[in-house]
Amino acid sequence: MREVAIIGVGLTKFGELWDKSFRQLITEAGTKAILDAGIRGSEIDALYVGSMSPGRFIGQEHVGALVADSSGLTVMHIPATRIESACASGGMALRHAYIAVAAGIHDIVIVGGVEKMTDVVGSEATNILAMAADQEWEAFFGVTFPALYAMIARRHMYEYGTTREQLAMVAVKNHENALLNPNAQFHRKITVEDVINSPPVATPLNLLDCSPISDGAAALVLCPLEKAKEYTDKIVKIAGSGQATDSLALHGREDICTFMSTVRASREAYKQAGIQPKDVDVAEVHDCFTIAEILAIEDLGFVKKGEGGKAVEEGLTARDGEIPVNPSGGLKAKGHPVGATGVAQVAEIVLQLRGEAEKRQIPDARIGLAHNIGGSGASCTVHILEAV
Amino acid sequence: MGGEAVSRFWREIPQRYNLIGTKCKVCNRIYFPQREVCPFCRRKSIGKMEEVKLSGRGKIVTYTIIHVPPKKFEGQAPYAVAVVELEEGVRVTSQIVDCNLDKIKIGMEVEATFRRIQDDGWTGAIYYGYKFRPVEKHEDKK
Repeated sequence: MREVAIIGVGLTKFGELWDKSFRQLITEAGTKAILDAGIRGSEIDALYVGSMSPGRFIGQEHVGALVADSSGLTVMHIPATRIESACASGGMALRHAYIAVAAGIHDIVIVGGVEKMTDVVGSEATNILAMAADQEWEAFFGVTFPALYAMIARRHMYEYGTTREQLAMVAVKNHENALLNPNAQFHRKITVEDVINSPPVATPLNLLDCSPISDGAAALVLCPLEKAKEYTDKIVKIAGSGQATDSLALHGREDICTFMSTVRASREAYKQAGIQPKDVDVAEVHDCFTIAEILAIEDLGFVKKGEGGKAVEEGLTARDGEIPVNPSGGLKAKGHPVGATGVAQVAEIVLQLRGEAEKRQIPDARIGLAHNIGGSGASCTVHILEAV
Repeated sequence: MGGEAVSRFWREIPQRYNLIGTKCKVCNRIYFPQREVCPFCRRKSIGKMEEVKLSGRGKIVTYTIIHVPPKKFEGQAPYAVAVVELEEGVRVTSQIVDCNLDKIKIGMEVEATFRRIQDDGWTGAIYYGYKFRPVEKHEDKK
Protein backbone atom coordinates (compact mmCIF):
# COMPACT_ATOMS: atom_id res chain seq x y z
CA MET A 1 0.00 0.00 0.00
CA ARG A 2 1.36 3.43 -0.95
CA GLU A 3 1.38 6.43 1.35
CA VAL A 4 -0.87 9.26 0.18
CA ALA A 5 -0.47 13.04 0.40
CA ILE A 6 -2.90 15.92 0.04
CA ILE A 7 -1.30 18.50 -2.24
CA GLY A 8 -4.18 20.87 -2.91
CA VAL A 9 -7.24 22.31 -1.17
CA GLY A 10 -10.08 24.47 -2.43
CA LEU A 11 -13.05 25.96 -0.59
CA THR A 12 -15.98 28.14 -1.54
CA LYS A 13 -17.65 30.42 0.92
CA PHE A 14 -20.39 28.60 2.87
CA GLY A 15 -23.82 30.17 3.32
CA GLU A 16 -27.07 30.99 1.59
CA LEU A 17 -25.50 31.53 -1.81
CA TRP A 18 -28.61 32.24 -3.89
CA ASP A 19 -26.58 33.47 -6.86
CA LYS A 20 -24.51 30.26 -7.11
CA SER A 21 -25.64 26.95 -8.61
CA PHE A 22 -24.56 23.40 -7.66
CA ARG A 23 -22.24 23.19 -10.64
CA GLN A 24 -20.75 26.63 -10.09
CA LEU A 25 -19.96 25.80 -6.47
CA ILE A 26 -18.19 22.50 -7.11
CA THR A 27 -16.34 23.89 -10.12
CA GLU A 28 -15.09 26.82 -8.02
CA ALA A 29 -13.83 24.54 -5.24
CA GLY A 30 -12.25 22.08 -7.67
CA THR A 31 -10.52 24.81 -9.66
CA LYS A 32 -9.09 26.36 -6.50
CA ALA A 33 -7.75 22.96 -5.37
CA ILE A 34 -6.13 22.31 -8.75
CA LEU A 35 -4.48 25.76 -8.76
CA ASP A 36 -3.37 25.27 -5.15
CA ALA A 37 -1.76 21.93 -6.06
CA GLY A 38 -0.17 23.32 -9.18
CA ILE A 39 -1.31 20.39 -11.31
CA ARG A 40 -2.62 20.46 -14.87
CA GLY A 41 -6.04 19.11 -15.77
CA SER A 42 -4.45 16.51 -18.00
CA GLU A 43 -2.71 14.94 -14.99
CA ILE A 44 -5.99 14.09 -13.24
CA ASP A 45 -6.70 10.34 -13.19
CA ALA A 46 -10.05 10.24 -11.42
CA LEU A 47 -12.65 12.24 -9.55
CA TYR A 48 -14.72 11.37 -6.50
CA VAL A 49 -17.52 13.63 -5.31
CA GLY A 50 -19.48 13.40 -2.08
CA SER A 51 -23.04 14.70 -2.16
CA MET A 52 -25.91 13.63 0.06
CA SER A 53 -29.06 14.33 -1.87
CA PRO A 54 -28.78 16.39 -5.06
CA GLY A 55 -31.74 14.28 -6.24
CA ARG A 56 -34.02 15.94 -3.71
CA PHE A 57 -32.28 19.30 -3.21
CA ILE A 58 -31.94 20.21 -6.91
CA GLY A 59 -33.70 17.31 -8.68
CA GLN A 60 -30.44 16.08 -10.15
CA GLU A 61 -28.85 12.66 -9.81
CA HIS A 62 -25.88 11.35 -11.78
CA VAL A 63 -23.68 14.09 -10.36
CA GLY A 64 -20.38 12.23 -10.82
CA ALA A 65 -20.67 12.82 -14.54
CA LEU A 66 -22.14 16.29 -13.99
CA VAL A 67 -19.16 17.40 -11.91
CA ALA A 68 -16.64 16.01 -14.41
CA ASP A 69 -18.54 17.82 -17.16
CA SER A 70 -18.89 21.18 -15.43
CA SER A 71 -15.22 21.07 -14.40
CA GLY A 72 -14.20 20.74 -18.04
CA LEU A 73 -12.86 17.20 -17.64
CA THR A 74 -15.26 15.45 -20.03
CA VAL A 75 -12.83 15.53 -22.95
CA MET A 76 -10.51 13.24 -20.93
CA HIS A 77 -13.31 10.79 -20.08
CA ILE A 78 -11.83 10.12 -16.64
CA PRO A 79 -13.74 7.98 -14.14
CA ALA A 80 -16.01 10.10 -11.94
CA THR A 81 -17.82 8.58 -8.97
CA ARG A 82 -20.43 10.07 -6.68
CA ILE A 83 -20.39 8.80 -3.09
CA GLU A 84 -23.37 9.06 -0.77
CA SER A 85 -23.29 8.46 2.96
CA ALA A 86 -25.66 11.16 4.25
CA CYS A 87 -23.71 13.91 6.04
CA ALA A 88 -20.56 11.75 5.86
CA SER A 89 -20.61 11.77 2.04
CA GLY A 90 -17.57 14.08 1.92
CA GLY A 91 -15.43 12.07 4.31
CA MET A 92 -16.47 8.90 2.50
CA ALA A 93 -15.48 10.36 -0.88
CA LEU A 94 -12.02 11.14 0.54
CA ARG A 95 -11.79 7.65 2.04
CA HIS A 96 -12.46 6.00 -1.33
CA ALA A 97 -10.16 8.33 -3.24
CA TYR A 98 -7.49 7.55 -0.64
CA ILE A 99 -7.99 3.81 -1.13
CA ALA A 100 -7.68 4.20 -4.91
CA VAL A 101 -4.38 6.11 -4.65
CA ALA A 102 -2.98 3.89 -1.86
CA ALA A 103 -3.81 0.80 -3.90
CA GLY A 104 -1.99 2.14 -6.93
CA ILE A 105 -5.11 2.28 -9.13
CA HIS A 106 -4.81 6.06 -9.64
CA ASP A 107 -2.08 8.66 -9.04
CA ILE A 108 -3.69 12.09 -9.06
CA VAL A 109 -7.24 12.17 -7.80
CA ILE A 110 -9.63 15.04 -7.09
CA VAL A 111 -12.01 14.70 -4.16
CA GLY A 112 -14.99 17.04 -4.14
CA GLY A 113 -17.85 17.58 -1.75
CA VAL A 114 -20.89 19.71 -2.52
CA GLU A 115 -24.45 20.45 -1.47
CA LYS A 116 -26.86 23.07 -2.75
CA MET A 117 -29.51 23.19 -0.02
CA THR A 118 -31.25 26.54 -0.41
CA ASP A 119 -33.01 25.79 -3.70
CA VAL A 120 -35.78 24.22 -1.56
CA VAL A 121 -37.76 25.84 1.26
CA GLY A 122 -36.81 25.15 4.88
CA SER A 123 -39.49 22.55 5.63
CA GLU A 124 -38.53 20.56 2.54
CA ALA A 125 -34.86 20.70 3.63
CA THR A 126 -35.99 19.25 6.98
CA ASN A 127 -37.71 16.38 5.14
CA ILE A 128 -34.66 15.73 2.98
CA LEU A 129 -32.26 15.67 5.92
CA ALA A 130 -34.57 13.23 7.72
CA MET A 131 -33.85 10.76 4.90
CA ALA A 132 -30.55 10.08 6.69
CA ALA A 133 -32.66 8.55 9.47
CA ASP A 134 -34.69 5.33 9.15
CA GLN A 135 -37.62 6.33 6.91
CA GLU A 136 -39.94 3.47 7.87
CA TRP A 137 -39.27 3.27 11.60
CA GLU A 138 -38.23 6.81 12.63
CA ALA A 139 -39.24 9.46 10.09
CA PHE A 140 -42.63 7.84 9.34
CA PHE A 141 -43.71 8.61 12.92
CA GLY A 142 -42.85 12.30 12.67
CA VAL A 143 -39.26 12.20 13.89
CA THR A 144 -37.00 14.95 12.57
CA PHE A 145 -33.24 14.88 12.39
CA PRO A 146 -32.76 17.41 15.23
CA ALA A 147 -35.16 15.25 17.29
CA LEU A 148 -32.77 12.30 17.14
CA TYR A 149 -29.86 14.39 18.44
CA ALA A 150 -32.18 15.97 20.99
CA MET A 151 -32.95 12.49 22.33
CA ILE A 152 -29.21 11.80 22.58
CA ALA A 153 -28.75 15.11 24.44
CA ARG A 154 -31.60 14.31 26.85
CA ARG A 155 -30.12 10.92 27.68
CA HIS A 156 -26.58 12.38 28.02
CA MET A 157 -27.90 14.97 30.49
CA TYR A 158 -29.71 12.19 32.40
CA GLU A 159 -26.76 9.79 32.57
CA TYR A 160 -23.84 12.20 33.01
CA GLY A 161 -25.30 15.44 34.31
CA THR A 162 -24.36 17.38 31.19
CA THR A 163 -25.97 20.81 31.48
CA ARG A 164 -28.00 22.99 29.12
CA GLU A 165 -25.25 25.62 29.51
CA GLN A 166 -22.49 23.19 28.51
CA LEU A 167 -24.36 22.38 25.28
CA ALA A 168 -24.65 26.10 24.59
CA MET A 169 -20.92 26.61 25.17
CA VAL A 170 -20.14 24.44 22.13
CA ALA A 171 -22.08 26.85 19.91
CA VAL A 172 -20.56 29.90 21.59
CA LYS A 173 -17.01 28.58 21.03
CA ASN A 174 -17.63 27.64 17.41
CA HIS A 175 -19.27 30.99 16.58
CA GLU A 176 -16.27 32.73 18.11
CA ASN A 177 -13.87 30.64 16.00
CA ALA A 178 -15.87 31.40 12.85
CA LEU A 179 -15.27 35.12 13.35
CA LEU A 180 -11.74 34.42 12.09
CA ASN A 181 -12.81 32.32 9.11
CA PRO A 182 -13.63 34.41 6.02
CA ASN A 183 -15.47 31.45 4.41
CA ALA A 184 -17.81 30.91 7.36
CA GLN A 185 -21.57 31.33 7.04
CA PHE A 186 -21.90 33.22 10.33
CA HIS A 187 -19.72 36.05 11.57
CA ARG A 188 -21.69 36.70 14.68
CA LYS A 189 -20.59 36.34 18.28
CA ILE A 190 -23.23 34.69 20.46
CA THR A 191 -23.61 34.11 24.19
CA VAL A 192 -24.78 31.18 26.29
CA GLU A 193 -27.97 33.19 26.98
CA ASP A 194 -28.55 33.68 23.24
CA VAL A 195 -28.48 29.91 22.73
CA ILE A 196 -30.70 29.15 25.72
CA ASN A 197 -33.21 31.82 24.70
CA SER A 198 -33.32 30.91 21.02
CA PRO A 199 -36.54 29.21 19.79
CA PRO A 200 -36.90 25.49 20.62
CA VAL A 201 -36.48 23.07 17.70
CA ALA A 202 -36.63 19.72 19.54
CA THR A 203 -36.14 20.02 23.30
CA PRO A 204 -33.57 20.36 24.81
CA LEU A 205 -32.06 21.65 21.53
CA ASN A 206 -32.80 25.18 20.36
CA LEU A 207 -32.20 26.91 17.05
CA LEU A 208 -28.68 27.97 18.06
CA ASP A 209 -27.77 24.38 18.96
CA CYS A 210 -28.28 23.41 15.31
CA SER A 211 -26.00 23.77 12.30
CA PRO A 212 -27.59 25.81 9.52
CA ILE A 213 -28.89 24.97 6.04
CA SER A 214 -26.02 25.91 3.72
CA ASP A 215 -24.72 25.94 0.18
CA GLY A 216 -21.07 25.26 -0.45
CA ALA A 217 -18.35 23.06 -1.85
CA ALA A 218 -14.84 21.90 -1.02
CA ALA A 219 -12.15 19.98 -2.89
CA LEU A 220 -8.82 18.24 -2.34
CA VAL A 221 -6.09 16.90 -4.60
CA LEU A 222 -4.47 13.59 -3.61
CA CYS A 223 -1.32 11.98 -4.95
CA PRO A 224 1.16 9.31 -3.84
CA LEU A 225 3.45 10.68 -1.09
CA GLU A 226 6.54 9.91 -3.16
CA LYS A 227 5.29 12.26 -5.92
CA ALA A 228 4.12 15.04 -3.58
CA LYS A 229 7.46 16.86 -3.47
CA GLU A 230 7.21 17.49 -7.20
CA TYR A 231 4.30 19.80 -6.42
CA THR A 232 4.81 21.30 -2.97
CA ASP A 233 7.26 21.88 -0.09
CA LYS A 234 4.53 21.79 2.54
CA ILE A 235 3.58 18.15 2.35
CA VAL A 236 0.66 16.84 4.38
CA LYS A 237 0.08 13.10 4.36
CA ILE A 238 -2.88 10.96 5.29
CA ALA A 239 -1.44 9.05 8.24
CA GLY A 240 -4.61 7.16 9.08
CA SER A 241 -8.05 6.54 7.63
CA GLY A 242 -10.93 4.79 9.37
CA GLN A 243 -14.54 4.06 8.45
CA ALA A 244 -17.29 2.32 10.40
CA THR A 245 -21.05 1.83 10.67
CA ASP A 246 -23.74 1.33 13.29
CA SER A 247 -27.49 0.67 13.29
CA LEU A 248 -29.35 3.05 10.98
CA ALA A 249 -31.92 3.91 13.64
CA LEU A 250 -30.96 5.40 16.98
CA HIS A 251 -33.26 2.91 18.74
CA GLY A 252 -31.16 0.05 17.37
CA ARG A 253 -28.34 0.76 19.84
CA GLU A 254 -27.78 -0.36 23.37
CA ASP A 255 -26.01 2.86 24.35
CA ILE A 256 -27.75 5.99 23.04
CA CYS A 257 -24.85 8.19 24.22
CA THR A 258 -22.01 6.50 22.30
CA PHE A 259 -21.43 6.49 18.57
CA MET A 260 -19.69 3.12 18.14
CA SER A 261 -19.01 4.12 14.53
CA THR A 262 -16.80 6.97 15.83
CA VAL A 263 -15.11 4.68 18.36
CA ARG A 264 -14.31 2.05 15.71
CA ALA A 265 -13.31 4.41 12.90
CA SER A 266 -11.05 6.47 15.14
CA ARG A 267 -9.35 3.44 16.71
CA GLU A 268 -8.61 2.14 13.21
CA ALA A 269 -7.19 5.52 12.17
CA TYR A 270 -5.11 5.96 15.36
CA LYS A 271 -3.67 2.47 14.94
CA GLN A 272 -2.71 3.08 11.34
CA ALA A 273 -1.13 6.44 12.22
CA GLY A 274 0.61 4.97 15.26
CA ILE A 275 -0.64 7.73 17.55
CA GLN A 276 -2.81 8.21 20.63
CA PRO A 277 -5.73 10.65 20.95
CA LYS A 278 -3.53 12.93 23.09
CA ASP A 279 -1.09 13.34 20.18
CA VAL A 280 -3.70 15.24 18.12
CA ASP A 281 -2.84 18.95 17.89
CA VAL A 282 -6.04 20.11 16.20
CA ALA A 283 -9.37 18.47 15.31
CA GLU A 284 -12.35 19.23 13.12
CA VAL A 285 -15.29 17.19 14.45
CA HIS A 286 -18.87 16.72 13.31
CA ASP A 287 -20.86 19.25 15.38
CA CYS A 288 -24.13 19.14 13.41
CA PHE A 289 -25.73 19.82 16.81
CA THR A 290 -24.01 20.99 20.00
CA ILE A 291 -24.45 17.56 21.64
CA ALA A 292 -22.69 15.97 18.66
CA GLU A 293 -19.42 17.75 19.48
CA ILE A 294 -19.61 16.57 23.09
CA LEU A 295 -20.20 12.99 21.92
CA ALA A 296 -17.38 13.30 19.38
CA ILE A 297 -14.67 14.40 21.82
CA GLU A 298 -15.66 11.52 24.10
CA ASP A 299 -15.87 8.84 21.41
CA LEU A 300 -12.61 10.01 19.78
CA GLY A 301 -10.93 9.42 23.15
CA PHE A 302 -9.99 13.05 23.89
CA VAL A 303 -11.90 12.82 27.19
CA LYS A 304 -13.64 10.03 29.12
CA LYS A 305 -17.28 9.14 28.36
CA GLY A 306 -19.54 11.60 30.15
CA GLU A 307 -16.89 14.30 30.59
CA GLY A 308 -17.39 16.06 27.26
CA GLY A 309 -19.64 18.78 28.64
CA LYS A 310 -17.23 19.57 31.45
CA ALA A 311 -14.29 19.62 29.00
CA VAL A 312 -16.01 22.25 26.87
CA GLU A 313 -16.82 24.31 29.96
CA GLU A 314 -13.19 24.16 31.11
CA GLY A 315 -11.89 25.34 27.74
CA LEU A 316 -10.09 22.11 26.77
CA THR A 317 -11.39 22.43 23.21
CA ALA A 318 -10.95 26.19 22.81
CA ARG A 319 -8.44 27.54 20.27
CA ASP A 320 -5.90 27.97 23.08
CA GLY A 321 -6.96 24.75 24.85
CA GLU A 322 -5.23 21.38 25.05
CA ILE A 323 -7.00 19.99 21.95
CA PRO A 324 -8.46 22.82 19.85
CA VAL A 325 -11.68 21.55 18.27
CA ASN A 326 -13.32 23.14 15.23
CA PRO A 327 -11.06 26.19 14.77
CA SER A 328 -12.88 26.71 11.44
CA GLY A 329 -16.13 27.37 13.29
CA GLY A 330 -17.33 23.81 12.76
CA LEU A 331 -20.56 22.82 11.09
CA LYS A 332 -22.36 25.06 13.57
CA ALA A 333 -20.89 28.38 12.45
CA LYS A 334 -18.85 27.71 9.32
CA GLY A 335 -21.98 26.15 7.81
CA HIS A 336 -23.02 22.61 6.89
CA PRO A 337 -23.59 21.99 3.18
CA VAL A 338 -23.80 18.29 4.01
CA GLY A 339 -21.86 16.72 1.13
CA ALA A 340 -19.13 19.38 1.34
CA THR A 341 -18.63 19.14 5.09
CA GLY A 342 -16.30 16.12 5.32
CA VAL A 343 -14.05 17.49 2.59
CA ALA A 344 -14.02 21.01 4.05
CA GLN A 345 -13.00 19.63 7.46
CA VAL A 346 -9.94 18.00 5.91
CA ALA A 347 -9.17 21.17 3.93
CA GLU A 348 -9.11 23.11 7.22
CA ILE A 349 -6.76 20.56 8.80
CA VAL A 350 -4.43 20.76 5.78
CA LEU A 351 -4.31 24.57 6.09
CA GLN A 352 -3.60 24.25 9.83
CA LEU A 353 -0.76 21.76 9.26
CA ARG A 354 0.75 23.93 6.52
CA GLY A 355 0.63 26.94 8.83
CA GLU A 356 -1.71 28.72 6.41
CA ALA A 357 -4.80 29.10 8.59
CA GLU A 358 -4.17 32.82 9.01
CA LYS A 359 -5.76 34.38 12.09
CA ARG A 360 -7.17 31.08 13.32
CA GLN A 361 -3.82 29.23 13.07
CA ILE A 362 -3.13 26.80 15.92
CA PRO A 363 0.60 27.28 16.70
CA ASP A 364 2.91 24.34 15.82
CA ALA A 365 0.12 22.02 14.68
CA ARG A 366 1.74 18.83 13.31
CA ILE A 367 -1.02 16.23 13.62
CA GLY A 368 -4.68 16.91 12.84
CA LEU A 369 -7.87 14.85 12.84
CA ALA A 370 -11.10 15.16 10.85
CA HIS A 371 -14.26 13.38 12.03
CA ASN A 372 -17.32 13.14 9.79
CA ILE A 373 -20.67 11.57 10.80
CA GLY A 374 -23.56 10.38 8.65
CA GLY A 375 -27.10 10.33 10.05
CA SER A 376 -27.41 9.88 13.79
CA GLY A 377 -24.08 8.05 13.87
CA ALA A 378 -24.79 5.20 11.46
CA SER A 379 -21.73 6.11 9.37
CA CYS A 380 -18.42 7.65 10.34
CA THR A 381 -15.08 8.46 8.77
CA VAL A 382 -12.00 9.60 10.65
CA HIS A 383 -8.87 10.87 8.91
CA ILE A 384 -5.60 11.68 10.62
CA LEU A 385 -3.26 14.01 8.77
CA GLU A 386 0.37 14.70 9.49
CA ALA A 387 2.74 17.42 8.33
CA VAL A 388 5.74 15.67 6.76
CA MET B 1 -43.11 11.61 1.63
CA GLY B 2 -45.67 11.89 -1.16
CA GLY B 3 -46.46 10.20 -4.42
CA GLU B 4 -45.71 6.73 -3.07
CA ALA B 5 -47.75 3.69 -4.08
CA VAL B 6 -49.95 2.48 -1.22
CA SER B 7 -48.23 -0.92 -1.27
CA ARG B 8 -45.29 0.62 0.56
CA PHE B 9 -47.50 1.28 3.58
CA TRP B 10 -49.83 -1.72 3.16
CA ARG B 11 -46.98 -4.21 3.48
CA GLU B 12 -46.02 -2.80 6.89
CA ILE B 13 -49.55 -3.08 8.33
CA PRO B 14 -48.93 -6.14 10.57
CA GLN B 15 -45.92 -4.45 12.19
CA ARG B 16 -47.43 -1.00 12.52
CA TYR B 17 -50.97 -2.03 13.53
CA ASN B 18 -50.21 -4.99 15.77
CA LEU B 19 -46.53 -4.71 16.70
CA ILE B 20 -45.64 -8.02 15.05
CA GLY B 21 -41.88 -8.57 15.37
CA THR B 22 -39.69 -11.58 14.74
CA LYS B 23 -38.06 -14.07 17.08
CA CYS B 24 -34.92 -16.04 16.24
CA LYS B 25 -35.71 -19.65 17.09
CA VAL B 26 -31.98 -20.37 17.50
CA CYS B 27 -31.14 -17.82 20.25
CA ASN B 28 -34.66 -16.63 21.21
CA ARG B 29 -33.78 -12.95 20.66
CA ILE B 30 -36.71 -10.79 19.60
CA TYR B 31 -36.56 -8.09 16.93
CA PHE B 32 -38.72 -5.17 15.94
CA PRO B 33 -39.01 -4.09 13.19
CA GLN B 34 -38.86 -7.56 11.71
CA ARG B 35 -35.54 -8.99 10.57
CA GLU B 36 -34.91 -11.59 7.88
CA VAL B 37 -31.69 -12.72 9.56
CA CYS B 38 -30.62 -12.69 13.23
CA PRO B 39 -27.47 -10.51 13.57
CA PHE B 40 -26.10 -12.91 16.19
CA CYS B 41 -26.92 -16.29 14.61
CA ARG B 42 -26.76 -15.13 10.98
CA ARG B 43 -26.77 -18.16 8.64
CA LYS B 44 -28.02 -20.48 11.37
CA SER B 45 -31.12 -18.29 11.66
CA ILE B 46 -32.10 -18.47 7.99
CA GLY B 47 -35.62 -19.91 7.79
CA LYS B 48 -35.84 -19.87 11.59
CA MET B 49 -37.20 -16.37 12.17
CA GLU B 50 -40.81 -16.61 13.37
CA GLU B 51 -43.38 -13.86 13.85
CA VAL B 52 -44.18 -12.83 17.39
CA LYS B 53 -46.63 -10.26 18.76
CA LEU B 54 -45.10 -7.81 21.21
CA SER B 55 -46.83 -6.81 24.43
CA GLY B 56 -46.75 -3.10 23.61
CA ARG B 57 -45.73 -2.21 27.15
CA GLY B 58 -42.44 -0.55 27.95
CA LYS B 59 -40.49 2.37 29.39
CA ILE B 60 -39.22 5.63 27.94
CA VAL B 61 -35.43 5.55 27.37
CA THR B 62 -35.23 9.12 26.09
CA TYR B 63 -37.58 11.67 24.51
CA THR B 64 -37.91 15.10 22.93
CA ILE B 65 -40.67 17.60 22.26
CA ILE B 66 -40.64 18.54 18.58
CA HIS B 67 -41.43 22.20 17.91
CA VAL B 68 -40.25 22.32 14.29
CA PRO B 69 -42.00 19.39 12.57
CA PRO B 70 -41.84 17.91 9.09
CA LYS B 71 -44.53 19.29 6.77
CA LYS B 72 -46.99 16.41 7.26
CA PHE B 73 -46.91 16.85 11.03
CA GLU B 74 -47.28 20.63 11.09
CA GLY B 75 -50.75 20.56 12.65
CA GLN B 76 -49.53 18.40 15.52
CA ALA B 77 -46.58 20.42 16.88
CA PRO B 78 -45.51 20.59 19.61
CA TYR B 79 -45.58 16.80 20.02
CA ALA B 80 -43.46 14.29 21.91
CA VAL B 81 -41.32 11.56 20.40
CA ALA B 82 -39.49 8.91 22.41
CA VAL B 83 -37.35 5.82 22.20
CA VAL B 84 -39.34 3.21 24.13
CA GLU B 85 -37.82 -0.02 25.43
CA LEU B 86 -40.47 -2.74 25.33
CA GLU B 87 -40.78 -5.52 27.91
CA GLU B 88 -39.25 -7.92 25.36
CA GLY B 89 -36.07 -5.80 25.34
CA VAL B 90 -36.49 -4.28 21.87
CA ARG B 91 -36.62 -0.53 21.34
CA VAL B 92 -38.95 1.46 19.08
CA THR B 93 -39.31 5.12 18.19
CA SER B 94 -42.80 6.53 18.57
CA GLN B 95 -44.88 9.52 19.52
CA ILE B 96 -46.02 9.79 23.15
CA VAL B 97 -49.65 10.94 23.38
CA ASP B 98 -52.58 11.37 25.80
CA CYS B 99 -50.58 13.23 28.41
CA ASN B 100 -49.32 16.64 29.36
CA LEU B 101 -45.97 17.11 27.57
CA ASP B 102 -44.42 18.45 30.80
CA LYS B 103 -45.16 15.17 32.56
CA ILE B 104 -43.05 12.98 30.26
CA LYS B 105 -39.96 11.55 31.98
CA ILE B 106 -37.20 9.05 31.28
CA GLY B 107 -38.28 5.73 32.83
CA MET B 108 -42.01 6.47 32.50
CA GLU B 109 -44.15 3.37 31.83
CA VAL B 110 -46.04 3.49 28.55
CA GLU B 111 -48.22 1.26 26.38
CA ALA B 112 -48.93 1.11 22.67
CA THR B 113 -52.15 2.50 21.25
CA PHE B 114 -53.49 2.42 17.67
CA ARG B 115 -53.55 5.87 16.04
CA ARG B 116 -53.59 7.85 12.82
CA ILE B 117 -49.96 8.75 12.04
CA GLN B 118 -50.12 10.79 8.80
CA ASP B 119 -52.02 11.13 5.52
CA ASP B 120 -51.65 12.08 1.89
CA GLY B 121 -53.96 15.10 2.13
CA TRP B 122 -57.75 15.34 1.65
CA THR B 123 -58.00 12.78 -1.12
CA GLY B 124 -55.08 10.47 -0.31
CA ALA B 125 -54.58 7.46 1.91
CA ILE B 126 -54.49 7.69 5.71
CA TYR B 127 -51.64 5.88 7.41
CA TYR B 128 -52.14 4.33 10.83
CA GLY B 129 -49.79 2.79 13.35
CA TYR B 130 -48.71 2.78 16.96
CA LYS B 131 -48.21 5.64 19.35
CA PHE B 132 -47.54 5.20 23.07
CA ARG B 133 -49.38 6.65 26.06
CA PRO B 134 -48.60 6.63 29.78
CA VAL B 135 -49.89 3.52 31.60
CA GLU B 136 -51.04 5.53 34.64
CA LYS B 137 -53.26 7.78 32.59
CA HIS B 138 -54.96 4.81 30.97
CA GLU B 139 -55.68 3.26 34.37
CA ASP B 140 -57.05 6.58 35.67
CA LYS B 141 -59.65 6.51 32.91
CA LYS B 142 -61.15 3.19 33.97
